[in-house]
Amino acid sequence: MARITVRGVSEIRGPIIIIEGVTGIRMGEYLEVKLPNKPTRKGRVLAIEEERVIILLYQGTYELEKDEIETEFFGRTMQLFVAEDMIGRVFNSQGEPLDGLPGIYSDEYRDINGSPINPTSRIYPRDYIETGISSIDSMNTLVRGQKLPIFTGAGLPNNQLIGQIVKQARIVGAEGEDKFAIVFGAMGLTMDDYIYFQRLFEETGTLDKVVMFTNLASDSAAERLITPRVALTTAEYLAFDKGYHVLAILSDITNYCQALREVSVALETVPARKGFPGYMYSDLASIYERAGIIEGSQGSITLIANLTMPNDDITHPIPDLTGYITEGQIILDRSLHNRGIYPPIDVLGSLSRLMKDGIGEGYTRKDHPSLSNQLYASYAEGLDKRRLAEVIGKKELNRRDQILYEFADKFEDNFVNQGDVYRSIEDSLNLGWSLLSNLPETELTKVSEALIREHIQNKGADSD
Amino acid sequence: MPHSAEERARIVTIKGSTVEVRGLSSYRMGEITYVGDEKLIGEVIEIERDFATVQVYEPLEGLKINDPVYPTGKSLSAELGPGLLSNIFDGIQRPLEQIKKLSASSFIQRGIQINALDRHKKWQFEPNKDLTKGHFVKGGDVLGSVQETETIKCNILVPPNTNGELLSIQENGEFKITDPIAELKGSDKKKEELTLMHEWHVRIARPFLKKLPVREPLVTGQRIIDMFFPIAKGGTAAIPGGFGTGKTILQHQLSKWSDADVVIYIGCGERGNEMTDVLRSFPKLVDPHTQNPLMDRTSLIANVSNMPVAAREASIYMGITMAEFYRDQGFNVLLTADSTSRWAEALREIAGQLEEMPVEEGYPAYLGARLANFYERAGQVIALGSPYREGSINITAAVSPPGGDFSEPVTANTKRFVKTFWGLDPNLANRKHFPSINWLNSYSGYIKVIEEWALESGLEDWGRYRQEMFTILQKDDELQHIAELIGSKALPADEQLIILVADIIKEGFLQQNAFDKVDSFCPIEKQMKMMKLMLLFYNRAEVLIRNGCPISLITNLKTVQILKRIKEDVPNDNIIQMNKIEDYIHTDMEELGSKYGYKV
Repeated sequence: MARITVRGVSEIRGPIIIIEGVTGIRMGEYLEVKLPNKPTRKGRVLAIEEERVIILLYQGTYELEKDEIETEFFGRTMQLFVAEDMIGRVFNSQGEPLDGLPGIYSDEYRDINGSPINPTSRIYPRDYIETGISSIDSMNTLVRGQKLPIFTGAGLPNNQLIGQIVKQARIVGAEGEDKFAIVFGAMGLTMDDYIYFQRLFEETGTLDKVVMFTNLASDSAAERLITPRVALTTAEYLAFDKGYHVLAILSDITNYCQALREVSVALETVPARKGFPGYMYSDLASIYERAGIIEGSQGSITLIANLTMPNDDITHPIPDLTGYITEGQIILDRSLHNRGIYPPIDVLGSLSRLMKDGIGEGYTRKDHPSLSNQLYASYAEGLDKRRLAEVIGKKELNRRDQILYEFADKFEDNFVNQGDVYRSIEDSLNLGWSLLSNLPETELTKVSEALIREHIQNKGADSD
Repeated sequence: MPHSAEERARIVTIKGSTVEVRGLSSYRMGEITYVGDEKLIGEVIEIERDFATVQVYEPLEGLKINDPVYPTGKSLSAELGPGLLSNIFDGIQRPLEQIKKLSASSFIQRGIQINALDRHKKWQFEPNKDLTKGHFVKGGDVLGSVQETETIKCNILVPPNTNGELLSIQENGEFKITDPIAELKGSDKKKEELTLMHEWHVRIARPFLKKLPVREPLVTGQRIIDMFFPIAKGGTAAIPGGFGTGKTILQHQLSKWSDADVVIYIGCGERGNEMTDVLRSFPKLVDPHTQNPLMDRTSLIANVSNMPVAAREASIYMGITMAEFYRDQGFNVLLTADSTSRWAEALREIAGQLEEMPVEEGYPAYLGARLANFYERAGQVIALGSPYREGSINITAAVSPPGGDFSEPVTANTKRFVKTFWGLDPNLANRKHFPSINWLNSYSGYIKVIEEWALESGLEDWGRYRQEMFTILQKDDELQHIAELIGSKALPADEQLIILVADIIKEGFLQQNAFDKVDSFCPIEKQMKMMKLMLLFYNRAEVLIRNGCPISLITNLKTVQILKRIKEDVPNDNIIQMNKIEDYIHTDMEELGSKYGYKV
């Protein structure tokens, strides 16, 4: 398509520039702004009002000289060259190499915005991923093709948890284990965190399986809007064209949303909640919904995203809208963390929506569904008793309440608090049963008698 | 160029999901226009002098100023005829399976124009025997029928607002959906051909003869709904709840098990995998009322969250129009919309692009009016035309309040127009108490109607059981507050008994496992009997307690566990087993009585 070049701009505002008196520009078009003796900046057409073109520049507008700059419109949307050799490489958000190696040359390129997957083409995800972490595998099972964010707070060990998942995750029953890749999108990450992940990939020997797209905290905020799109475009190519099982890790969604707000304010959009734009739900959906499995392809995209809840507030628009789109969430809890429990997963608040179809006979183990229900219920009740004991004192609890109270403690200390070690799903389930054996049988209403007989020996000691 | 730019309609601005157009030969609100060279589908939503704003149902990338715009003269319409059921459409009624075939891609491409109903498929038409040449027919009259699926025989109606003298009607035979099956001579002497399908403007409610008061329940097989907060056929209900409280599962349960004839399921701005789940599981599930696959009575509209926002706005209207079409044939239709909040957000997004003045939280001032308009399309009606037919539409709509806060504008406005409110409670959901309908803040506006219905249907105890159970739960709530302060041990025995029985009710009755083969659907007779047994247990135990029996003896009775497990342990086709449980209760209580010398 014909390229159009224009000299000068009429307005500069935040990351936005406006060019007037130009025709033939397309909505959403990719463009480059050339500055004398400076690297070229890239941008996208956000709106067109007659001969007025509104443009977002990903690297911001500092040092732009109003009448000097030259803007070249490409006549197409932003595209990314994709290839299998991207695996093991590090790029910036535009797909330019940061590792000193040459750029990617390929016949294949993709529009970074992707297209929605036709629901009739999706395959419903059912194969569970063993993460080796009890509170995930037994209680909030992760399934291949799922999108699951980690809701965390400042200072909580969410990165360590992701590290542990990367280290231990085994896609049970998957044929062709070698066709596995990680696509990592760093969005506004601090240097510390960035180095942590780099080291993690080195230590776990996965470095040659990772494609990294990097936008650090010091990089432009507007550019952050394309990081996840570039990362997921690569993930889609690897998964759906090349048959890889891709684990896409995005960190941190909160930084992304703040960049989104920054741009929307510059565009004078009517804000919805807390200044975030009304289209944030749709925008986030256009990222999260790219995970999944489609017919006729061997691969899958499983998406794990870090999301730091501002002020630990789960009702904040970022976690709130995310929770409505993703297939559950893993919540990290500050009080567990303060008590030295790792991983500090809030088992009751966390949820995996796809768990129901990925566990049980033929998937994990026959007893898994009812066992996890029972653990949930008893733990929830145990926590009630803990709250009660805070008021009236533990001694005032009746016998039954005391047993439940102690169950909650044991559950947290033994089951949740597993440390940075691998625990097979078998071990996790068995541990669950051994905890349940501390409860009188009358409390075990979610598991059948047959299962109780099968999994709990010498029952009866405690059942008065 | 053959035409100068001024002579044809062209784009002047492009923004978000709307374009502004100048140069249309006429301007009509709601007109469908094709935008750009790819002919993207759009609808006129605002007119100002000689500018029209068009909301486009597809992504706008690649459009340019001065790109052509083609008016169609049509409004956003639904195609109505056989072939809607066991099908899945997007928000503007394009069949997703066909899109997949046509684009040969797993992703949804732009600019695909495709008819909702298959033009090649042939249907076996059976004419209405009472009609002969010369008959005067009017809108809503039944011309004949087509067996659409195993379950549903689709009546072929004279479209509303059409009437005239019947010139001819086809015999029994196979016809394509656009083949003429009858010919009319209208009042203006013009001949008009009728086919198996017709179109209807989705933003306008289809006419009916008369709205009737609701009178019987929609039986859902979900205990807390049927027994505590029932919904009448023709009624409306809202299901508000934060994320993870089980809105979608509850919607799935309602679409699976309710005794509606036809189900229209709208996935409006929700997850792709959830629609796939419905799509893959419904054909395998058996409708408990007809024993046919559930998909035979179901039509799905999927406009998932990353599909264009304007089409999300349209999907709700598309769905309700399809529901009205089946209502007019004399069916009871259940429309489930998941979630109306996403629809409201689409309204907000488009209003923002039009720079309308926002009121609460950015929503436009007409949010309430639009919601009212939607819910008012539910109801029990006498359909137009002959023979006499009654049909109904139920609306059950999920609402997704930000932060689970029920005071936000969409929930608050919805509450004004729906009669039943199933408030989902995150505290219940957190402990996996599902459905997480909170029994203290939910309500049903149909209790009186259904009480009358129950009396006539041999369920005369329904009202009494319901009241007694409610009383126990209410008292339990008060006692829980006290117990939180002093511990339940310190409560008198009769109050501890209430806590015990409330626990049985919560666990054994209110909780229902959607994934358990038996428990997923609970027949009314079983529900009634369960209530009866739980209350029997309470009444007999209460006598013992009054006579000095310690609560611990009752807590440890085996029947407590049995009662909690009836839901899963007693097969739905063998409810008679519950008589044995009734005997257990009597024996247990009598044994306690005689052993310890309490009067029973």
